[in-house]
Formats: sequence, C-alpha cells, structure tokens
Amino acid sequence: MNILEAANLKIWDNRTGKVIVPNSSFHVKQGSCLAIVGESGSGKSLTCRAIMRLNKAGISQSGDILFNGMNLTELSEKEMRRKRGKQLCMILQNGMRAFDPSCVIGVHLKETLAWHFGWSREEITAKMKHAMASVMLKDPVSVMNMYPHQLSGGMLQRVMIALAIVLEPDIVIADEPTTALDTISQFEVVEQFIRLREKMGCSMIFVSHDLGIVQKMADEVQVMKDGEIVERGTTRAIFSDAQHEYTRYLVSTKLALNHHFKKIMGGVSVAER
Amino acid sequence: MLSVNQVEKSYKKGGLFSGERQKVLSNISFECKQGECLGIIGESGSGKSTLGRLLLGIEKPDHGTILFEGKSVDDRKARLGNISAVFQDYTSSINPFYTVEQAMMEPLKLQGMVRQEAQIKIDLLLYQVGLNPSYRTKYPHELSGGEAQRVCIARAVSTEPKCIVLDEAISSLDGSVQIQVLELLKSLREIYNIGYIFITHDIQAASYICDRVMIIRNGQIEEMVKIEQLKDVQSAYARKLLQMIIT
Repeated sequence: MNILEAANLKIWDNRTGKVIVPNSSFHVKQGSCLAIVGESGSGKSLTCRAIMRLNKAGISQSGDILFNGMNLTELSEKEMRRKRGKQLCMILQNGMRAFDPSCVIGVHLKETLAWHFGWSREEITAKMKHAMASVMLKDPVSVMNMYPHQLSGGMLQRVMIALAIVLEPDIVIADEPTTALDTISQFEVVEQFIRLREKMGCSMIFVSHDLGIVQKMADEVQVMKDGEIVERGTTRAIFSDAQHEYTRYLVSTKLALNHHFKKIMGGVSVAER
Repeated sequence: MLSVNQVEKSYKKGGLFSGERQKVLSNISFECKQGECLGIIGESGSGKSTLGRLLLGIEKPDHGTILFEGKSVDDRKARLGNISAVFQDYTSSINPFYTVEQAMMEPLKLQGMVRQEAQIKIDLLLYQVGLNPSYRTKYPHELSGGEAQRVCIARAVSTEPKCIVLDEAISSLDGSVQIQVLELLKSLREIYNIGYIFITHDIQAASYICDRVMIIRNGQIEEMVKIEQLKDVQSAYARKLLQMIIT
C-alpha cells in the first residue's frame, strides 16, 4: 500500500518561467523509508516542500499528491494546516532557523501541540518530557526553557525529532537533517531516526547527499538530477548494481573516500554489503 | 615552519557588565613542517575554528606565541603572501560586486605584480583548478558551490603561499564535489609544495588528504597521530569518535 503518491509533479518559478522539476512521479510505501539523493540544485528540497505545500509564493506547482488516497493539492490552506505537523511532519536542515529565536523552545512545542490536540500545559510538559528523554536529551525541562541559540545544532535537531514522536505523524519528511552536524551529533541523530521508525512504524522521506547515512537508513533510494528522477530502486540495488551512469558516478565518489579511510584503518574493504 | 607554543584564548561570556570569560583554547602546542598537511579534527564548539583564526593572525591569543618561520604571525609582513585561507561559506568569501577576475586580482595587486603578468597568472590558476577562462567575467552568484570554492582556492594559491588554512572548506559541498576538491588540493600540493592546515569534523575527508591529524576536544589537544597510525589511537575520546563514523 502506498501512503504517499506524487503524480506528474511539476514545479516552476513564476517570475522567470523556469521549470525546476519538469515531471516527477514517485510513491512511498506504508512503513518504508524512501531516500532522495542528488547534488545540490537537483530539486530534492523543492520536491519535499511541494509535498507539504510550503514553497515560497514565487514558486508554483501542478500535478497530484495523493496522501492516503486524499489529494493534498485540492485541500484549502486551512485544511492543509491541520494536516501539517499532525500527519505530515517535516524536519528541517537548520535547527537554528527552524525555531523562532525570540521564544524559548517550550513555546514552540506548546503552540504546535495545543493547536493540533488541544492539550493543557501540564499534559504537554509531561508528554514532551517523556519524548525528549527518549531522544537522549538530558534534563528536558531546562531544555524547554532555553532559547534556540543556547542549544547546539544536534540538540535542536533532536528536539524536532522529539516533537515528531509526540505528534505521531503518518509520514516524516526529513530534509537534510544531518548535513549541518558534526560526526558525533550526526551519529546520534541518525540513531534517533532509526529508533523513531522502529517505535512508530511511520513512513519516511529522507533527503540527503550523504550516501553513507542513506545506506544506513533507507529501504529505497531515488536518485535525482536536474529535477528529474534518473533512477529508483532498493538500497542494495542502487549501491551495488546501479543502472544509470549518474548513480554509478555518485556511488563511486562516495566509495573513493570510504575505501581510502578503510585502508588506513586496516579494515577489509573487499566485502561491501 | 609553523610553531605554536602554549596558546590560550578566552572570550567574554556575554552580558554587558559581566567579566566572566569562557576558555576556548588552553595549552595548545604543536609544530607543522613545510609542506606538511595537518588535519585538525573536533566536534562543533571544540575550538578548532578559533585555532584556525589564531593561526591566520586574524585574532590574537591571550597567552603563548604563534611563530611562522620564526616570526610572529601578528606581523602583517610575515603573513603577506605566505599564509592564505579558504573558509566554509563560499557565498560570503567573494565580494559580490567583484567578478572572478577582480577577486583574484586583489592579492596579486597587493604583492605588486604587474597587470599583464597577473592576467597570465589568473589564466593559469583557473586552469589549474579546472575552470576555463570564460569564468573570469562571472560574478559570484553565477557560480555553483563547487565552482565558487574552486575560485577561493585559486585565489588562496595565487600568491604561492607556504601554508593554507582550510577551515571546513569542503563541508558544505556535495559528496561528489567534495572528492573533486580534495583531489584538486592534492594536485596543487604537488605543484606548489604547500602545507595545509585542514580543519574539519569529517574524519574520512581528513584521512584522505592529511599526513597527520590532531584531535581536539574542549579546547585541548586530545591526541596527535600520524595518519597511518589512526587506527591505533590511544585516548578513549578518539576511539569513540572513530566508532561513530557512518560509512
């Protein structure tokens, strides 16, 4: 069963008339994780934002996006707002820009949860405390009383994941969630994503250009180039037996770094999974 | 070539009247030889970028000395044409009102190079970083991330410095472009025999290019190790760091 289906999705710039994503169709199966990879400027983020209908005013889209059989493009803005967050949850690249710098973290959480569920302050604090503890944030209450600039990028990213846990969405769209993080936070955030999926069984769209993480997380991979989907397949197929030349090129550049590193570390790099 | 001795640095913690200071670096000492590539690895907030700025002489240490070929890096004349830098944010590294040619002309002019000579030099440099001469008239916003970073590298190399500080220079590039830039840095190193100080959080990239890496944590040197011996790191933190790499 497909939870999300995009058909003939076309995205273009109003002002210049330039088509950024000409015609893309894809689907996400219930409970699976689809990774979208590609270089910058290939239209990965735009596709994600088109699903959420969050693109800027200057950018238009056409085509159908079916979510659980419902066409998202036909919904009014008010109905769409109800869906965002509760059913479609988006996790952004830059934690610092995703939160309002003038309010403490708790205000954001309260706003979102009160809007979707109408919970009281105590309920929200209790639930968030639990969720934050599960993503390894120590001392959740003091985190909720801090401003975004007092937290590190990795912590903000985990706050967003904690919020996703409480919201229990049907699908999580993660747009480059680990790109701005250092090695250790990256590792921890990826672990949390894997646990999030185990716990809630939700579907996920994971956008990244880091193929190492994609290999670890995704069930299926879709490769984009200049707005077009050049290849799609299971993770194993993409990494070991890519059909398209561009996919092979992307994989080979990743392996070049990787092999060298493994050689230094003295590991065996013959058996790639 | 570069010798750093007992360097300390602290910043004001904020608050107009608060005298509290946060220590960013403490007791840093190391040496870097001519033509060597030294990697500085650490988490965000570990003080690696601050160290980079100190090495460049943009900021001064509270205590300790940083000597470049026996002279203090505070001295502009010691630095001129000998140390360059490439930063992470390529969009803000080039003056948006300058074309590529003007941007590259700046350091050459400072060295007192004649215009015609400089023109030839720019062509050569652009060729070496894999861009064709048609890029000379382009403005920074017309370049992609990889291209802009190449221009920054070409500009850094133009004065034929002995040392380039690369502060997260490849971190905001795509994987496939990263490897191209790393290869470029490797080839330039062979041509000009430049030493690199390669500041990054990406251990895989560091291991690709560096001869030696320094692992830094909370402003202190945790461990310094030759790249061939990376797998035999001693400290617990360095081991943890290596385990957490997602390959």
